[in-house]
Amino acid sequence: MADDVLFEFLHMEIMSYVYKEPRMRDDPDTERVTGLSILEGMGFRVGQGLTDRFTKDYPTFKDELDIMKFLCKDFWSSIFRKQIDNLRTNHQGTYVLQDNTFALLTQISSGKQHLEEAPKYLAFPCGLLRGALSSLGLESLVSAEVALMPSTDPVHGREALVNVDQRSLPAEPVHIIPRGPKNFRN
Amino acid sequence: MSRQSNRSTDSKKMNSELFTLTYGALVTQLCKDYENDEEVNKQLDKMGYNIGVRLIEDFLARSSVGRCHDFRETADVIAKVAFKMYLGITPSVTNWSPAGDEFSLILESNPLVDFVELPDNHSTLIYSNLLCGVLRGALEMVQMAVDVRFAQDTLRGDNVTEIRMKFIKRIEENLPAGDE
Repeated sequence: MADDVLFEFLHMEIMSYVYKEPRMRDDPDTERVTGLSILEGMGFRVGQGLTDRFTKDYPTFKDELDIMKFLCKDFWSSIFRKQIDNLRTNHQGTYVLQDNTFALLTQISSGKQHLEEAPKYLAFPCGLLRGALSSLGLESLVSAEVALMPSTDPVHGREALVNVDQRSLPAEPVHIIPRGPKNFRN
Repeated sequence: MSRQSNRSTDSKKMNSELFTLTYGALVTQLCKDYENDEEVNKQLDKMGYNIGVRLIEDFLARSSVGRCHDFRETADVIAKVAFKMYLGITPSVTNWSPAGDEFSLILESNPLVDFVELPDNHSTLIYSNLLCGVLRGALEMVQMAVDVRFAQDTLRGDNVTEIRMKFIKRIEENLPAGDE
């Protein structure tokens, strides 16, 4: 069943909609942040709902690392058809998840000017992760960057910095500040 | 470990739930942005159209169905191939008009509405209206102008969901104008 394609098309259409909403057109910076928050917020609710249902019959997770492994394997592969390629941690609550061929970015070309647009594609997936973590009892801040691997055949890389912090965090939605593209020597 | 069992079925389930839940989040957002249901319905139709004009290419690439010779064949392909491929259901094709230019797709179950209830103040919302736009946009790309609308909707109390499709006319093939 090709419903993953349906999701990708829907996601792109949602992105176009969110960014051309008339009420936000006055200030381009406001538009971008609000659009991102909306996308992230949608991702959050979807991530929560998905994880609630998915883990209904699961035994409880042993610890934080167990949860992160679930996200990297089961969760990620059921949404993006592949597992996270690399997981790193500082063992103090920060995890970096790396996906070398992120499904939602394969549509945009690898030119530098398009990297500016990449954070918009990451807002929803960041929300998905934050929602999943929330459903499993962890509050977090999720941010993402897109990095181009410097080589003759650029591969879209994507890192999500997931900071899991169990002290209470403010309840308002997380605003993702998109980072600019990394500077690469050509 | 019980967690390992049925992982592939779980993955598939979660994947289709991803679409369903995302669609729900979209409709919720649209209801916030627009004051009345009619506007939301229009927006859903428009977004569906934008998806449909692109989805048709994906469909043709995956399914390798040839050109349909008539509207009946089109109906069968939509119900048995397209719906099955993208939504995992096979609606039945019924209620043909005498002229053969109009038919109904009957969906016993509609995956889009799996976790959905319409609140009282949204009684005129056509929740799944995206589907109408998708069908209209997709068919336009294969030179068919059609009118698509919901005749029955389980969310609004009907027993089944019924999509009525009417053939308007064949669109003459234009040279690509490069519009977007």
